[in-house]
Amino acid sequence: MNRRKIEENIFRCFMVLSTFMVVGSLALILVTIFLKGFPALNLDMLIKTPKGGYYIGKEGGILNAILGSIILGIGATFLALIVSLPLVFYLNLYVRKKSKFALIVRFFLDVLWGIPSIVYGAFGFTLMIFFGLRASLLAAMITVALLIIPIMARSMDEVLKMIPFELKEASFALGSTRLETAVKVIFKQALPGIITSILIAFGRGIGDAAAVLFTASFTDSLPYSLFKPVATLPLAIFFQLGTPFPEVQERGYASALVLTGIIFLISIVSRILSKKFSKRIIK
Amino acid sequence: MNTRKFKDVVAQKIMFLLCIFVVSLAFLIIFGLYHRSMPILAEKNLKDILFSAIWHPAQGQFGLAGFIVGTLWVIGIATILAVPLSILTATYLSEYSHRRIREYIKPIIDLLAGISPVIYGVWGVVAIVPFVRDYLMPFLSEKMPFFPFASDNYTGFAAITGGIVLAVMICPLMISIIGEVIRNVPFEAREASLALGATRWQTVKYVVFKKSWPGIIAAIILGLSRAFGETIAVLMVAGCALNFFPKSIFDPAYPLPALIANTYGEMMSIPLYDAAVLLAAFILLIVSILFNIVGWGILLRIERSQS
Repeated sequence: MNRRKIEENIFRCFMVLSTFMVVGSLALILVTIFLKGFPALNLDMLIKTPKGGYYIGKEGGILNAILGSIILGIGATFLALIVSLPLVFYLNLYVRKKSKFALIVRFFLDVLWGIPSIVYGAFGFTLMIFFGLRASLLAAMITVALLIIPIMARSMDEVLKMIPFELKEASFALGSTRLETAVKVIFKQALPGIITSILIAFGRGIGDAAAVLFTASFTDSLPYSLFKPVATLPLAIFFQLGTPFPEVQERGYASALVLTGIIFLISIVSRILSKKFSKRIIK
Repeated sequence: MNTRKFKDVVAQKIMFLLCIFVVSLAFLIIFGLYHRSMPILAEKNLKDILFSAIWHPAQGQFGLAGFIVGTLWVIGIATILAVPLSILTATYLSEYSHRRIREYIKPIIDLLAGISPVIYGVWGVVAIVPFVRDYLMPFLSEKMPFFPFASDNYTGFAAITGGIVLAVMICPLMISIIGEVIRNVPFEAREASLALGATRWQTVKYVVFKKSWPGIIAAIILGLSRAFGETIAVLMVAGCALNFFPKSIFDPAYPLPALIANTYGEMMSIPLYDAAVLLAAFILLIVSILFNIVGWGILLRIERSQS
């Protein structure tokens, strides 16, 4: 075998190996979380709030954090949707294809997408001080919404770019306005992709800890007011692992399993929903 | 003007305002953080803050150098691990593997990108920390007790642990960008090379990489920027020792984002403390914006030169 063939085979081996390492690390993460978390998981954890002394090993659960995260995620996703959906319709329907303006907005979305979540957290904190708010569900919702707007808008933009040009033209030719085309034609056609984008953003919003650290604070009670602090699942995991008590750390692993389960569920639901809605689209 | 037309125009105006909002958001964030970190810049020289290593908020000492060095260690390790891994994986998926394999692996990589940073942190604590403490550290540090390996931190919470966790976290992003860049190389270029009798790897090396290296650089820059801002996972595993310069991959490191996250409870109690922490956030913001402008700028230029 000559040198070229040997080199070819060596690098092919490296490539297969590194692919296995990347895929394997996901498997490793899931297996580790499952093995550590499952034995510690019980029903009490899911349906009770922390009682006194929960963080030194007394009884209770993390219902406050689970509910808090879900409500925070839904609120933030809703706020982000209000901004992102019209924005991407504007970029794809209202301006010319090669417009400078669309280019600039897309570039800013890219840059915003790259800003770390801790910076959004710090910015949310400055906003909070500016408006005289305390750490609360509302402040956290706004911060997380700012964080996920670029994520949602970029992936929706990708979806809308894929829509055939003829569909727009057909709608315009029938005399509909741009708004009518957007709402009645493009929206329906892009619905599966839009749902996926929303759920991706929701998953990111629920999983992020750094952005809510300053703005949501933490509490042991269930979320009941927009203006009160709220508990979130990532922070609950972080705090439980930070305690020196093994029982509490085990609950931290179980909470990590719950969070992973939620993110898994979101990914499965998004796949099912986008399949279900893609029946109606024109291919 | 009829109502349909009216609605259309109103919607246009609102949508335009939303676009302006998103563009101005970037400037708002810059201005907001700059404004809040003004108090410390007014009292102290920026150079003193950046190059002093002493962090004693209670005595008014706010040196960020230790945190900056910690950040550099962690992202340096992460880059060294993640860059070859991502380039090789992306090349395999787009040049070698069957399309079916790619379709199976892509959702897995997407899922890897969607996992919460806290989960990576938990994984780091239960899997990577013991691995570093029990295997990697005794193996490397005792066999090679010199510069990047010698250390007396036997806990496993170290720069390398943070680096490994970060490397896994930034791989999905780099793989997807590099894969896209590589797939954009014209098919004819590959065929020409193969027709001349080059092997596949030679084609990849001399044709594909040669054509796509700016895009690969862009992917690395974007991966770096992601690593630079990652907070919770690194905070959980990197050790975080105050007033300490890591001199080895096994020393604890205290990166900037971890500093910001760790001070959230106490920073309103001491004067200038919040300004110092928000200055750290401002530095983080400026660096990540610069990295992203360069990275996306390169990718944009590639895209435009092709169309």
